[in-house]
Amino acid sequence: MPIVALRDVSKVYPARGRNEKEVRAIESVDLDIEAGEIYGIIGYSGAGKSTLVRLVNALERATSGSIQVNGTEITSLPERELRKLRLGIGMIFQQFNLFTSKTVWKNIEYPLEVAGVPVAERNARISDLLHFVGLADKAGNFPDQLSGGQKQRVGIARALATSPSILLADEATSALDPETTLEVLALLRRVNEEFGTTIIVITHEMEVIKSIAHKVAVMEKGRVIETGTVFEVFSDPQTQASKRFVSTVVRAVPEAEELAVLRAKHPGRIVTLSFADGNVSQAAVFLEFGRQGVGFELIYGGINDVQGRTFGHLTLALTGDDPTIDAALETVRESVAVTEVK
Amino acid sequence: MDRLINDLQPLLWQSAWETLYIVGLTLLFGGLGGLIIGIGLYVTRSGSLVPNRAIFAVLNALVNTIRPIPFIIFLVAVQPLIRQLIGTGIGNTAIIVTISIAASFGISRVVEQNLLTVQPGVIEAARSVGAGPLRIIRTVLLPEAFGPLILGYAFVFVALVDMATVAGLVGGGGLGAFALSYGYKQFNPAVTWTAVLLIVILVQAIQTLGNAWAKKVLRR
Repeated sequence: MPIVALRDVSKVYPARGRNEKEVRAIESVDLDIEAGEIYGIIGYSGAGKSTLVRLVNALERATSGSIQVNGTEITSLPERELRKLRLGIGMIFQQFNLFTSKTVWKNIEYPLEVAGVPVAERNARISDLLHFVGLADKAGNFPDQLSGGQKQRVGIARALATSPSILLADEATSALDPETTLEVLALLRRVNEEFGTTIIVITHEMEVIKSIAHKVAVMEKGRVIETGTVFEVFSDPQTQASKRFVSTVVRAVPEAEELAVLRAKHPGRIVTLSFADGNVSQAAVFLEFGRQGVGFELIYGGINDVQGRTFGHLTLALTGDDPTIDAALETVRESVAVTEVK
Repeated sequence: MDRLINDLQPLLWQSAWETLYIVGLTLLFGGLGGLIIGIGLYVTRSGSLVPNRAIFAVLNALVNTIRPIPFIIFLVAVQPLIRQLIGTGIGNTAIIVTISIAASFGISRVVEQNLLTVQPGVIEAARSVGAGPLRIIRTVLLPEAFGPLILGYAFVFVALVDMATVAGLVGGGGLGAFALSYGYKQFNPAVTWTAVLLIVILVQAIQTLGNAWAKKVLRR
């Protein structure tokens, strides 16, 4: 059974003024997130992903539909019950949202205090968490004395304090530089692996999805328009939005403009070979070209590694007479997808 | 004239003490009232902790009605009410009650504005770990706004000194009454200016104290 299950969920904000329209932030979304997964939700700003993630811990109430968390239907729960639910769902934020008036220690202690955990138990837990996130020496510091990466690590420690089964990460790395982003992502992966915490990652950066997510949902205008394993979506995106996101991290096939430039340099035939995980190796394909007397030059593309599986598109400029090329392509087609670029 | 000042000295110190007493108690009662109304305005605002359009509208209208009334007019207008309430319309107790009421509404705006400087994300973080509204007000909202609130209350203190002085007109004691009776009415500007000097020193001292405290709390 999924740990989080959304069925036909919508969230509508009523019109603010007489001349304004209601805002349909989320529209009939279905989503299943299995326990132990890192589930990425990607979309441009305004796609509704931040609203969606807040429906899971009921910081926002759904307008309609069903939301089950750990098997409990939460859309009908009263506020008091929701507070208990939230103790089991950690959350981290783009701007960290640490309590500036409290030390690192007190920040991490806060959820434990809310949960009514006895002091002795709290102290042991905070100590453990500080070591886990590598900030044992910063316990007495205030947030404004920390770097962005350190702040987010405190945020993660605070979110994990009550050992939640679900962690919501709302653009958790968007305010960080690339290097710190990798550190924080590595930490989230450790959280997932060591504690088995289900993590829902909201982001507009495909790099984040590629780096840690197992599954991904693509959102556009309040709807989930595509879901799948990260490998599936990266190697074979179905929608325009997904293709655009994938193209930010994967060099696939040249776009019209790039193609014009390539065309000018390579007047002969151009083909794109699409490799997917597990099938024929590149070496075999290249050997085949050589054996049949077809010259080739790699002019565009790349091979990617996602979740330990490889895929990629290589665009080649071929030289040789047409019948030879046709014959060679005929053979190669048996093992790899070939697209003739016009 | 030197003798005049010498003769008046005990009275001057007593008046200064009375001013401190009035301002101190009004800061306590008015400050508390203002804090409660200010928090009420903050939490009932739409999108806040316990949004409530009706309560917000009532509080807002109340504050907007009472706050702009010039204090001297408020003072005489509510005098009959104060007499009903505590049995007398003059004297320090009546003054303290009147100022506390008037100040509550003014202070509530100062409190509300300072609470609004707290990052909404911090409140959301507290909600996300299951904290309820009362706990959030106590353990997050007020601590996060504490630095600005100190500065706000230091500002309020100055306004209270002003009000306490004006109240000297309707039978309150303190430096205001002292300056009016012995300076203004007896054509003795030296006495008036002595009172002014004391008030300036008092205000400076409190503002300096407030600034230092806020600096410590804000760590900058």
